Amino acid sequence: MEKSLDLINARIRDGTARVVTAEEMPGIVDELGEEGALAEVDVVTTGTFGAMCSTGAFFNFGHADPPIRMERVWLNDVEAYAGIAAVDAYLGATQEAESKDSLYGGAHVLEELVAGGTVELRATSRGTDCYPRRSITTELLLEDMNQAVMVNPRNAFQRYNAASNATDRTLSTYMGTLLPRCGNVSYSGAGTLSPLANDPGFRVIGSGVPIFLAGGEGMIVGEGTQHSAGGGFGNLMVSGDMKQMRQEFLRAAVMNGYGVTMYVGVGIPIPVLDTGIVRSTAVRDEDILTDIIDFGTPRRDRPSLAKVSYADLKSGSVEIGGETVRTSSLSSYRRARAVATELKDWIERGKMELALPTRRIDPAKRARPMRETAVTPRVRDIMNRQVISITEDEEIRVAAKRLLKDETNHLPVLDGSGALVGIITTYDVSKAVVTDGKLQQVKDIMTRKVIKTTPDEPVDIAARKLEQNNISALPVVDATNRVVGILSAIDLGKLFGGRRRR
Amino acid sequence: MKLLLAFSRKGKTDPGREPVIARVVKETGVLINVEKANIDSMAGEMLIDVPDKDADLVRRRLEEMAVTVRVMENAVVRDEEECVDCGACISVCPQEVFSFDEDWRLRVNSERCVLCGKCIRACPHGALSQQG
Repeated sequence: MEKSLDLINARIRDGTARVVTAEEMPGIVDELGEEGALAEVDVVTTGTFGAMCSTGAFFNFGHADPPIRMERVWLNDVEAYAGIAAVDAYLGATQEAESKDSLYGGAHVLEELVAGGTVELRATSRGTDCYPRRSITTELLLEDMNQAVMVNPRNAFQRYNAASNATDRTLSTYMGTLLPRCGNVSYSGAGTLSPLANDPGFRVIGSGVPIFLAGGEGMIVGEGTQHSAGGGFGNLMVSGDMKQMRQEFLRAAVMNGYGVTMYVGVGIPIPVLDTGIVRSTAVRDEDILTDIIDFGTPRRDRPSLAKVSYADLKSGSVEIGGETVRTSSLSSYRRARAVATELKDWIERGKMELALPTRRIDPAKRARPMRETAVTPRVRDIMNRQVISITEDEEIRVAAKRLLKDETNHLPVLDGSGALVGIITTYDVSKAVVTDGKLQQVKDIMTRKVIKTTPDEPVDIAARKLEQNNISALPVVDATNRVVGILSAIDLGKLFGGRRRR
Repeated sequence: MKLLLAFSRKGKTDPGREPVIARVVKETGVLINVEKANIDSMAGEMLIDVPDKDADLVRRRLEEMAVTVRVMENAVVRDEEECVDCGACISVCPQEVFSFDEDWRLRVNSERCVLCGKCIRACPHGALSQQG
C-alpha cells in the first residue's frame, strides 16, 4: 500500500489525519507492523532544540529621511553585515558586541527582538548623491522592520559527535565544559526525535518543505552548508519569519570560554507515504550511533574514544576504556519534545499542510576539508636543533655552568639511555642555591612532568602550549622520546619576523 | 545542614592558627564533614556539613571563637525562566546535584552542593547562580 500526499493533506484539512511524534512511532510499528502503521499513521512529527551557532536573520529597516545607504550597521552594538543594498543587513548569532562587558552577541539581539524588546540600530555611511545621510541612530521593535527573515545556513544536523577530553586540563569548547582525564562526556541532538534521523535518505525532507522554526512556520531552503549526509552528518539550510517566532524556542546562550551561540527549536513533519518511511520513522535511540571524540587533540581529525548510541548517551553514563563516565546533553530533550508536540498540534488543527520537496537533497554528498595553499608551519621548521642537555645524575653545579656557558635558560634532562625524563631552568638552579644546599643532583630539582612537542606539530599548537602553561620553551621529542630539538619563545619570534618579510 | 564559615587570621581576637574545627568536634562530639576549604595566610573560608539537630550547637560554639557562620539553605539557585532543561550542568558537577526526572525536566538536589561553582560557569543560559 502507498498513500499520496494529497490524501494526507485532505485528511489534515478535514481534521481526520492521524499525527504522532517520532517518539511514539517505534511503539506503534511494533504493535501494528509496518503495513498496519502505514494505514494508521499519516504524519510523524520530529523536533530538536539545541545550540545552533549557524543562525541569523536578514532585516530590512525601511528608509530614513533623508535616506542613508548603510555601509556598517550595529544592532545593540553587535555588527551586522551590511554589504547588501541600502537598508538591509544580516545579523549572525555568534557575532559579539564590541563594547559590552559581559558576553553579548547577535543571539541576544535576536532573542530580544522576538521577546518584543527594543533594539538600537546604528549605521554609518560615506554619503552619496542619492543617499546623502552619513549616520543614523534609532530604536526599533521587531514590528518596525519590513522584514525579519531568519536564514540559518546549517541547522538540525543528522547527528553530532559526542565530546570528551583526555588531556589533564579542563577544556572550554562549543560542546561545553569538558573535564580533564575524560571526566565527562557532552553530547547534543534529540536521538529518536531528531528530524534527519527519521529520514536519513532525504526522501521527504528537501527544498520547500514546511517546518516548525523557533515557534513560527518556516521552510527548508535546501542542503545546509557543510552538508555531509554521506558520512552521517547531513544538515539543512532553513528559513522563517521572525515575527512569528517565540522566545521559548529561540534562546541566546554563552558557552563558557568559547562564545555566543543560539538555541533554536526545529521540527519537521514527515508524511507517511509508504513502508520505507514507516521504517525510517521507527528509528530508536539505540539505532542512532555516534562517536565520542577526544577534543583534547587540537586538530581537525580527532581520535574517537568510543562508539555509542543515543540510548547510551541518554542513560546518563557511558563506558570509555572500561571506566564509567557521566554524560551531559547540551540540547534539551524536554524542549525537543515540546517542538514535536506543538508541530503535531498544528497539523491536527489544520494550521500546516505538508509538501513534498521541490528539489531533493543529495543523501550521499560529503563535505571536504579546506584546501590550504600556504603550508602550515611545523615545529621542525623553526626549532633549534642544537640542543644542550644534561643527564639526571650530574651535579647541579655542572648544570649551572652549562646554562651560563651556552646562554640558555632551559636544559632538557636525559636518563642513561638518552630519553627525556625532565627539564631544569635557571630558576630551578637559583632556587636550589638559596635553599640549604641539601639538593645535589639534577634529578633532585628537575621538573619531571615535561610539557613537550613533536617535530610535526603545527607551530600554533605549540605556541598555545607555551602560553597556557606560562613557560618559555618546549623540548621537541621524536617517537622514542629522544630530544631532537628545543622550541623557545624566541624561535616563535623568528617565524613572525619571517612572515613579515615575505 | 551546610554552614559556610569565614574567619580572619589578622586581628588579636581572630582565631589565628587555632584549630577551630578540631576543637568544636572534640568539645561537642558532633561529626563535622568539611566539604570545601580555602585557607591562606590572612583568612579562611570553609564549607561544612553537620547534622541538622546539632547545627545550632556547632554554630554557637564557632561564633564564640570569632568565626562568621552563614547557613546555606539553597546553595545553587536555578532561574526557571532561563533554564531550558538542557542538562549541561549534570556531568560537570562533582556532587551529582543535577539529574533529569522522568519527563526530562532538570532536578536540582541543592543539599549536596559544595559551592564549587563549576555548574554556574558551564550553564549556557546563565540560569544558575550562587545564593547571595
